[in-house]
Formats: sequence, structure tokens, C-alpha cells
Amino acid sequence: MAELIKVGMADLKIAKAPDVLTTLGLGSCVGIALYDPDKRLAGLAHIMLPDSTQIKNNANKAKFADTALEILLKEMVEAGALRSRLYAKIAGGAQMFAMDSQSDIMKIGSRNTIATKKLLTEYRIPLHAEDTGGNYGRTIEIYPDSGRLLVKAIGKGMREL
Amino acid sequence: MTRSIDDLNSIHLDVLREIGNIGAGNAATSLAVMIQKKVDMKVPVVRIMDIEEVPGILGGEENVVSGIYFGMDGAIKGNIMVLMDIQSAKMLTGILMGKDPADFRENEMYDLDEMDRSALQEIGNILSGSYISSLAALTNLRINLSPPSLCVDMAGAILSVPAIQFGEISDKVLMIENRLFDGTQEVTANFFLIPDENSYGILLEALGVS
Repeated sequence: MAELIKVGMADLKIAKAPDVLTTLGLGSCVGIALYDPDKRLAGLAHIMLPDSTQIKNNANKAKFADTALEILLKEMVEAGALRSRLYAKIAGGAQMFAMDSQSDIMKIGSRNTIATKKLLTEYRIPLHAEDTGGNYGRTIEIYPDSGRLLVKAIGKGMREL
Repeated sequence: MTRSIDDLNSIHLDVLREIGNIGAGNAATSLAVMIQKKVDMKVPVVRIMDIEEVPGILGGEENVVSGIYFGMDGAIKGNIMVLMDIQSAKMLTGILMGKDPADFRENEMYDLDEMDRSALQEIGNILSGSYISSLAALTNLRINLSPPSLCVDMAGAILSVPAIQFGEISDKVLMIENRLFDGTQEVTANFFLIPDENSYGILLEALGVS
């Protein structure tokens, strides 16, 4: 039986086919899915903030793009993935509320997306697809059997990346 | 010394509950005037909870809720969020706009038109304005609220905004649950107070129980 494994906010997990990884209601957070097509192994991180070095309270490594990606890569390699074979798909990074003031925190969605892409470039992991930005929430599912990423949004139906 | 939500003890919570009580009373009165109907309320529940637990009380991460977000400025800086499940939001809008809740299609969020949306923002305004006035009156602090910003979407996605803001300081939130009745229907509005890092100390000191 294929299992649907839930990745919470500031959380990361890996799974092999036929299991499926999901994270529900991504808003300004970014879901980073990594995939090794040969091993049919996927990893998913639900990050909240771009950079752990900017924050004092940084004990939870899965909360930040930089540390989450580091751990996700490590766990995937330990599970048999080959770094050079991995590719990424990302979703989320929305701006849920329109507010002119407090621009810094309100733009956190796009800051998360930018930081994630920069890190992927640094790690030389190709970004195969993304569904980011906008002003709406997303639920995503990554299928380790094929590497496809399903993105669901309220009133917008489903998209496959 | 920098304070955080973890420094709130049961006495602080009692004070905040009492402020919530007064605030909810004022809100009920304002709403009653607006809809020209009697509005009753229950004693608010004040809780500190992990932000990850919050979607649970709202019916799960994917459940559609309406969030009305405000910026706080003045002596205390930060944000306020009023969260209602979509049924409560439609019910309140319905009462305000003279619509029957059955006129809204089930689980359909996009049938909230512009008028409904501004009515919802106004309701958020009344609820948070009432709370902030009570807080300001009791603490002698001057607090201003920004205009409201509304978002109707998945609970998890809406909560990601305060979660990220809290996430820089702590993983806990202060929630005040208000229950309002208009005689027949019950509406639950959850109210989240999110002072920024430097405002906790000011708030605790002003409450006189630090």
C-alpha cells in the first residue's frame, strides 16, 4: 500500500516509491522537492524563512532554506541518492496579504523563493519546474515513482509540474 | 531584557483574558448597533498554543478560512489577525448584508463579492478595534491599527504569515477565541495578538504584572 506521508510546517522528509510526500496549505512558505529518478527517491522540505544565519532562534533546521536543503541533501544521499542526479521542483512563496507598510515581512514569500533558487544554483541542482508567487495557498504532492509534482489551489484546480 | 511569549504566566493570561472580555463586549455592542439586532457573547477563551496546532482548531490546513490582518503601530508594534471559518464569515457577512447564508454556495469562496469582502473587513475592524481600545485604555499605551487586509484561502497558507513572523522569535501564539450569538446563529472569531520582539516587554510592564 502506498502511503501518503505528511510534511508539516518547518519539517522535511524523504520517501521512496510507491509512497507519496505531501505538504498542505503552503502560503508564503516554500516547498522544496528533490528527486532522484534512478532511485525513485524524493525529498520534501517545507521552509518558512530564507536564511538561518539572520535569526537568533534557529534551532529548528528545517525551518530555513539554507539548513533545510543541507539536511535534505544529506538524508537523500544517505538513502542512496546520487547528488549529481538530483533535480528540484519548488512551489509556494505567495504573498497572502496585500499591505503596503511592513514591506519586508510581507515580501517574505518572494524572499523565500529567491533564496531557495540561489541555494539550488549553489548546490548545482537543476530546477525543473516551479509554481511560485501569486496571492494564494497551495497544497503539493511529490510522487517518487515519476517525480511529478501536483499543485492544488482553492478555486484554481490542480496543476502538474 | 528581551521578552517573548514564553514569559507570559497565568496572571498575564488572566489580564489578557479580561481585556479580551471587555473587548469582546465592546465588539458585540458595536456589531449589535451595526446590524440592529441583539448580539450576545461568551467569555473569551485565551490560550497560548503552538502555531502548528492552530490549523487543527480551524478544521485542518486545507480548510478554507477568512483571515483579516492588521498592522499595529505606536507603543506596541506588531500584527493582529482575526480568523474565522468560512461558515462564520458568511454568516456574519450575511447578517450584515441582509443575505441568507444559504444564498452562498457550499464551500465556495469566490461567491464573496466586493461588498461581502468589505463587510468582512469591517467586521474584522470592529473586533480588533474593540480589543485594541480596551488594551490601550487599560495599559495607557497608544496603539494604532492599520487598515485591514483580507485573505480567504487555506488555513495553513493564511497562518504561514503570522507563523513566519512569530517564527523569528518563538513558535507559540496568543489566541483569543470569541463566540458571538445573534440569537439563533453562533459565530466563532479567533483573534491572534502578535506583538513584535521588542513589544512584549512593554506590554508586560504596562499590564503591571511583570
